[in-house]
Amino acid sequence: MPETKLKGSVASGSAESWLHPQDNIWRRFVMNNRAALGSLAVFVVMILIFIAANPTVFTSWTVYSSVLTTLPVAIFLVVPLVFIVTVGEIDLSFPATMGVAAWAFALVVKAGYDPSLGFIAALIVGSVLGGFVGSLVVYGNLSSLIATLGMNFVLRGVILIFTEGKSIALVSLNDNWFFKLFSSDFYGLPIQIFWAVIFVVFCAYLYSRHRFGVHVHIVGDNPDSAGQMGINVKAVRVKAFIFMGIGAAIAGVFSTMINFTWWPSSGDGYLLPVLASVFVGGTPTWGGIGTVAGGAIGALTVSFIQTGIVGAGLSGFYVQFFNGLIIILSLLGHRWNQVRYR
Amino acid sequence: MAEKIIELRDIKKSYGSVYALGGVNLGVEKGEVVGLLGDNGAGKSTLIKILAGAVRPTSGEILVRGRAVAGWNAARSREAGIETVFQDRALAVQQSIVRNIFMGNEIANRFGFLDTDKEIEEAHRLMREIGFTSKVFSPKSIVGQLSGGERQGVAIARAIYKEADLIILDEPTTALSLTETNKVFHFVRQVKASGRSIVFIGHNIHHVYDIADRFVVIDRGKVALEADRKEIKTADHLVRYMEHIAHPEKSAEPDPKPAKVRKKGTV
Repeated sequence: MPETKLKGSVASGSAESWLHPQDNIWRRFVMNNRAALGSLAVFVVMILIFIAANPTVFTSWTVYSSVLTTLPVAIFLVVPLVFIVTVGEIDLSFPATMGVAAWAFALVVKAGYDPSLGFIAALIVGSVLGGFVGSLVVYGNLSSLIATLGMNFVLRGVILIFTEGKSIALVSLNDNWFFKLFSSDFYGLPIQIFWAVIFVVFCAYLYSRHRFGVHVHIVGDNPDSAGQMGINVKAVRVKAFIFMGIGAAIAGVFSTMINFTWWPSSGDGYLLPVLASVFVGGTPTWGGIGTVAGGAIGALTVSFIQTGIVGAGLSGFYVQFFNGLIIILSLLGHRWNQVRYR
Repeated sequence: MAEKIIELRDIKKSYGSVYALGGVNLGVEKGEVVGLLGDNGAGKSTLIKILAGAVRPTSGEILVRGRAVAGWNAARSREAGIETVFQDRALAVQQSIVRNIFMGNEIANRFGFLDTDKEIEEAHRLMREIGFTSKVFSPKSIVGQLSGGERQGVAIARAIYKEADLIILDEPTTALSLTETNKVFHFVRQVKASGRSIVFIGHNIHHVYDIADRFVVIDRGKVALEADRKEIKTADHLVRYMEHIAHPEKSAEPDPKPAKVRKKGTV
């Protein structure tokens, strides 16, 4: 028998012989980012239609600037939700988690402490709540759709019971270094957008180049295989929910700083636009794959719809209709663009 | 006596009131190939899932290199140098070949960020090693695009990456073509020649007879026959034993008789 040693026993060609003949860098880039590029195409087409409808409004900077202030809040929610959907779960409790975490921030600032301490408090509250919701789903073996829907009501209810619907004004924020760092203008652009971009780039690495991210992919793809290969499936799922809680906390703090006020309804309006952004961005519902960059572009698309419709000269009554139309059209586009492997 | 890589003592596993395994003793020595045989539903798959840590036994003891281990699970099993090629291959089909090869065993720095260049280089090496040299696929290709045999190749590449002491192959040739089956056997002989142990589960008795040093026949959750190769002269002898175990009333016990035959229900 010739096979005496395993290593290098089948000598056939170099590493280069592996490459597909057409495997050049651009082709690979397009193939690896199909979903994100598809979302970008949807966004570009939408903007072009808006520009054609009303060139004067959409060639001036003001319409874009207003979107760039509120968009980061959505991005801090959309990107972690991409992780949740990829791991095969869904989270509908993030609006209330965002509200509770921002509440902690507001209470700490109101009590006279530095906003940075408030931010840390919000992060702790967010991750604890995320961990709690995740454990409920994973260890309680509940459907994440229903359990997180319930948790959203429970947490919002807790806010309303304790605050009796009263908001907290935070006028002292204005001159603080923390406020300047996270909620001011930077060379004419809202500074939040820089933090959002940093967050998206970091999360994109976390998603595809970090052990946590690849475990999220594998668990969402095939939890049985993941378990058989020694991945702690339950821990990965709970971690994804903790990450969602952290994102919700950051979103809550940013939103509170933009408004100088914390409202008991803080976060409520984000539920449906954020969910829509994830799927418009090209992350499919079945888990295992997704795109962080696409999610961010999806958030951009969704937050532009309202501004765009009104700016294009249509009445506000058209907003919901076009909102829905763009969601459906981009889903059809992604369906055509992506293959599901089983 | 050679060192036992893993030893199962009186392992029982029940699903509700149904016993899948009713007290199994099985040890794997260094460098030996154990052929595990048995009918469908005999408990073979449950047994290897226990070896792989994917299933927790209801009772019994697991010893790794002579030491009892507590909290046995899939991660512990892999740490102990046991790699398993599952019957369903345990792949994540929407992920790339690299991601599947390094599933649960990623090459990462101390902050958990992956060294993807190293992983791709290693994947190239492993795929060449197992004779997986199609030009259409690269380590970044999605596993869902591959054929059954190619998927089996990915599962095998994953099992050999860590230079495991024991490789468990659960019906590795099911649904494979003749060429692909030959590749798998070529691989098994390579592993055997490199001095590592194998537990080979197979339906085809002739396949198992060709490569195993020792045969273990499982019947209704118990070890019905345990015999060294010396004691079983031909594949036909083994076939007749299997028949006798399945239908003791219809076929007489064949000669010569191995030392460790256990009649049904006497374990």
